Amino acid sequence: MTAAALEPKANMGQPVPRYDAAAKVTGRATYASDMPLDNPAYAFLVTSAIAKGRIDRFDLDDARGVRGVIDIITHENAPKLKETKLFSNGGYAGTTIQPLKSAEIAHDGQIIAVVIAESYEAAREAANRVKVSYTATAPSASFESPGTTTAAAKGQNAQFKEDPEVGDFAKAFDAAEVKLTASYDTPTQHHNPMELFTTSCVWMGDNLVIYEGSQYVYGLKNGVAEQLGIDADKVRVVNPYVGGGFGSRGSMTPRTAIIAGIAKRLSRPVKLVPTRDQGFTIATYRAETRHEIKLGASRDGKLVALRHEGAEISSRPDAYCVGGTKTTTRLYACPNVESLVSIVRADRNTPGFMRSPPEVPYLFALESAMDELAVKLNMDPVELRRINDTTTEPIGGKPYTSRSLMACFDEAAKAFGWSQRTPQARSMSDGDWLVGYGCAATCYPTQMAPSAARVRLQRDGRTRVEIAGHEIGTGAYTVIAQTAAERLGVPLEKVAVFIGDSDLPPAPVAGGSNSTASTCSVVMMVCDQIRQRLFKAVRPSDSLADKAKETVGISPAPSTQATKGDRPLDIEKAFDALGVGVVEEYGEWKPEGAPLDSFKALHAGQPRFVGGHQMKDKIAYAFGAEFVEVRINRFTHEIRCPRLVGAFAAGRIMNPRTARSQLMGGLIWGMSSALLEATEIDERNARYVNDNLADYLVPVNADVPGVEVIMLSEQDDHINPVGAKGLGELANVGTNAAICNAIYHATGQRIRKLPVRLENIEV
Amino acid sequence: MRPFSYQRASDPDMAVRALAAGAANDPLTKAAAQPLAGGTALIDLMKLDVMRPAAIVDINPLAHAWSAIEPGGGSLRLGALARMSDVAAHAEIQRSYPVIADSLKLAASAQLRNMATLGGNVMQRTRCNYFRDVSYENCNKRNPGSGCAAMDGVNRMHAVLGVSDQCIATYPGDFAQALIALDAVVEITGKAGTRGIPFAQLHKAPGSTPEIETTLQPGELISAFSIQGRWPRSVYLKARDRQSYEFALSSAAIALDVQDGTIRDARVALGGVATVPWRAREAEALLKGQKFDEALARRVADAAFADARGRRHNSFKIGLGRRVVARALQQAATMEI
Ligand SMILES: Cc1cc2nc3c(=O)[nH]c(=O)nc-3n(C[C@H](O)[C@H](O)[C@H](O)COP(=O)(O)OP(=O)(O)OC[C@H]3O[C@@H](n4cnc5c(N)ncnc54)[C@H](O)[C@@H]3O)c2cc1C
Ligand code: SF4
Repeated sequence: MTAAALEPKANMGQPVPRYDAAAKVTGRATYASDMPLDNPAYAFLVTSAIAKGRIDRFDLDDARGVRGVIDIITHENAPKLKETKLFSNGGYAGTTIQPLKSAEIAHDGQIIAVVIAESYEAAREAANRVKVSYTATAPSASFESPGTTTAAAKGQNAQFKEDPEVGDFAKAFDAAEVKLTASYDTPTQHHNPMELFTTSCVWMGDNLVIYEGSQYVYGLKNGVAEQLGIDADKVRVVNPYVGGGFGSRGSMTPRTAIIAGIAKRLSRPVKLVPTRDQGFTIATYRAETRHEIKLGASRDGKLVALRHEGAEISSRPDAYCVGGTKTTTRLYACPNVESLVSIVRADRNTPGFMRSPPEVPYLFALESAMDELAVKLNMDPVELRRINDTTTEPIGGKPYTSRSLMACFDEAAKAFGWSQRTPQARSMSDGDWLVGYGCAATCYPTQMAPSAARVRLQRDGRTRVEIAGHEIGTGAYTVIAQTAAERLGVPLEKVAVFIGDSDLPPAPVAGGSNSTASTCSVVMMVCDQIRQRLFKAVRPSDSLADKAKETVGISPAPSTQATKGDRPLDIEKAFDALGVGVVEEYGEWKPEGAPLDSFKALHAGQPRFVGGHQMKDKIAYAFGAEFVEVRINRFTHEIRCPRLVGAFAAGRIMNPRTARSQLMGGLIWGMSSALLEATEIDERNARYVNDNLADYLVPVNADVPGVEVIMLSEQDDHINPVGAKGLGELANVGTNAAICNAIYHATGQRIRKLPVRLENIEV
Repeated sequence: MRPFSYQRASDPDMAVRALAAGAANDPLTKAAAQPLAGGTALIDLMKLDVMRPAAIVDINPLAHAWSAIEPGGGSLRLGALARMSDVAAHAEIQRSYPVIADSLKLAASAQLRNMATLGGNVMQRTRCNYFRDVSYENCNKRNPGSGCAAMDGVNRMHAVLGVSDQCIATYPGDFAQALIALDAVVEITGKAGTRGIPFAQLHKAPGSTPEIETTLQPGELISAFSIQGRWPRSVYLKARDRQSYEFALSSAAIALDVQDGTIRDARVALGGVATVPWRAREAEALLKGQKFDEALARRVADAAFADARGRRHNSFKIGLGRRVVARALQQAATMEI
């Protein structure tokens, strides 16, 4: 075992290498815009230079003069598209702002024209030559700007159902022995996946094929069909590999239907490759948030009152919000809780999911406040969490299906060397550097959604698994292959996995960290259908036949299910008895508690999530604890983070290698979201300024010299058949608070606004 | 990008002629023909539509003559086409001119340093976001007379020294601070052969013409840099948002000549804070003939920023710059040589 392939502990799968490792390192993996097209036309976008107002006039003469230009599409000649609904209102779109519909401009960088040419270069050159006259009106950029409107999230966002509360917060806070009130801010951030927001659309008669990196091929297929007014079965979305998503590809963006419409008109494939800076405005982003936390505690550290108020930016037409109070009001034992989430509307594009959408900003506030409270109480911050640890959530009184929060704290503390920390702020240093240690909790709801799969087994053990899941870099191919190999008892090398294609059986959106639990649960179920068929064929009278699903393996028995006395099934004999060459099974699975319309919605591209706090009689979360060492240069005030240590428990770990990679990436991103990442907005014109990867800072290797991931063994039989909790969005939560807590320890200065830059440090 | 013609220079004369052809009185950066070295800056700006040359003259074929790295005999000669990485890794440069080696080593990324040349490096243009994004109309540097979007915009990275009310764009490079500190001479090859000018005369502060960035004329190329003397007691200190691959928020190139505890000569140059490579001569004067101590370092640092003017987001650079200078001076004064 190596550092990358951790030794599996109890209830962990094997750390097998990635299914697609060789394809990726040799460049053979074909991403959407690598797909060969027959005689494509190339599209290049023109985006607005104002955030609010209207287009008075285009001057296209110069652009049309560029050799190779085929057409320039503006609102005056764009294909007509049907209205869309936001995904949270039963639609598919991440924004209802539909460009090219009228001369109106609703946000910076809105698509205002598409140049189509014989080459990418000609399209780009012509786009540079498009001249636009606008009438601009003063936009509202963000919280500080005049002209925004604010209203409670509840009642305007269908997915934000409640402002959790319990007991009598006001009274309890009033009477509390120790009180804390503090405000926190988080910035605008952009996903910036490596793969740009490309799309290619190819018509074959009435059938449309879309090559596009998507985290939800069924959603995109249905959404584009709706906008084009055609039957969804005539649309196919293909993307065997996705170059990172982080939420940015979870819902449909306006570009796809526009390009599909243009391709139809031209009767020719059209390929769009937008630029990095256009990606900042043609897709979604993590909106800036503001928080006020009030904590009341007894002198011995027990929380008696907690209030979390959050405000989030959204666009004028859409009430997007992440509403992380559902988590922060339930994390610790506290009898009196109140919360409120508001949405502030500005002249911006509609924000959307970005890795751990609610938890990143909301736990920054809560986990910073917990550290502040620990300081007030003169108590070790780990002990404060221990005192307020709970096995039931306080709002509905439901038990956590499993909760290893304190075990994570203890393991991570040990690995980190927390005991070396001298509690006093500013008490540790090393030469030019002030040293601080900090920690925070992380948690993420365990979610799953209905899913379908098809599995085919051949006599020689070759197995084909088909499911419209998504390989966004997480290891989806690998864990699906492992699940099938294990359930069918066939060697891993014999399993071929096909995902990323909406012609395959539907899987949910690769979001909310549900993919592994959902896709592996259905693959497991369908493999069991195959086992049962084979078993019945060989031993029709065996009293065990009906139990085959639970107890009997093929050859050899799946290691997790083997029971004493099971004889492995002779696969050849079974095929002979059935008189077939292949056995193929299709199945649809839904998690316990999923709504009645689950399977209908599954095919319509609408996920029906179950999990987190929305389960009946129970609540399911994955937990972790993160410890960081921060160093601050006395002279330059540069802030560096030489060590990040995280311990996590997430039910069954399907593959410690791919899991570690997710968790490590999460820790790094968590650090980045505290110290580096922020999209700067020019308040005067509500435009993004640092919209490129040189100025939108993400960590380089030198910024993360030490990252340690610890996975705890945890078994949870109350969540889903595979027993896995999603962990893709677990590790980038809380890191931001841990960093600020460490900065406080290093300097004595409490910073409540992200990102923390060297100019914010006063030592 | 717009169409352009591409030529490879067969010899310096041919390059000069090709670059001078059709030159108007425009600023050099607007000249119809542009030299191409490593291309890491020029190609970017062409893709962004900021630079729109009609012709590119690739000067890489001149590398055999223009990539000298020649320390020795108490002086140093560096060819304009020497690669940043080669100079940074050169043992004698590290020993005798650590400020040069470090200014290069701490710049950009390993991949960029392998491509980028010294000439291209000193000629790189500002990273001002409003300059690099042609959708902003107000940029005096790009569109003379159009105003300056950065003045009251997002200006955290902008300059506090050498600014004018027309432009506050930072000169972003690191290596230039070492050159200006060490009184480098720039060798310029043009129609009339080669001539040398002090490096300090290469760049022009924005004043009322921010579109004019250097004193080079169309058809002139930098062929080499030379430095007299050895400067083993020299440092380059760079403060930045991340640990690598990032421009300076503030940097200092310091070179000292200390004998028997007395500073006989001192050089202080500042990066990340000024519109051009910046020499703090008044500050240097305070050091000469003195014995080093921390109080002196603070006085020097204050003097270096005496004329600094901050804007909304970049005022922090004044305090930061002072601390960087003081710290760099201390490092230089106490380094073992
Ligand atoms: C992401 C990123 C980060 C960076 N970080 C840093 C950093 O931290 N510090 C730093 O100092 N730099 C940094 N750089 C800039 C980098 O160092 C320059 O791009 C590089 O040095 C330019 O050299 P080149 O040979 O590629 O120049 P080119 O791109 O070929 O040319 C640049 C300009 O100089 C002109 N030119 C080239 N050679 C000559 C010559 N001999 N005579 C006259 N004119 C000439 C060209 O016409 C062009 O206008 C960074 C660049 C990038 C893209
Ligand atoms: S600072 Fe200079 S380069 Fe930047 S916008 Fe102003 S004029 Fe243009």
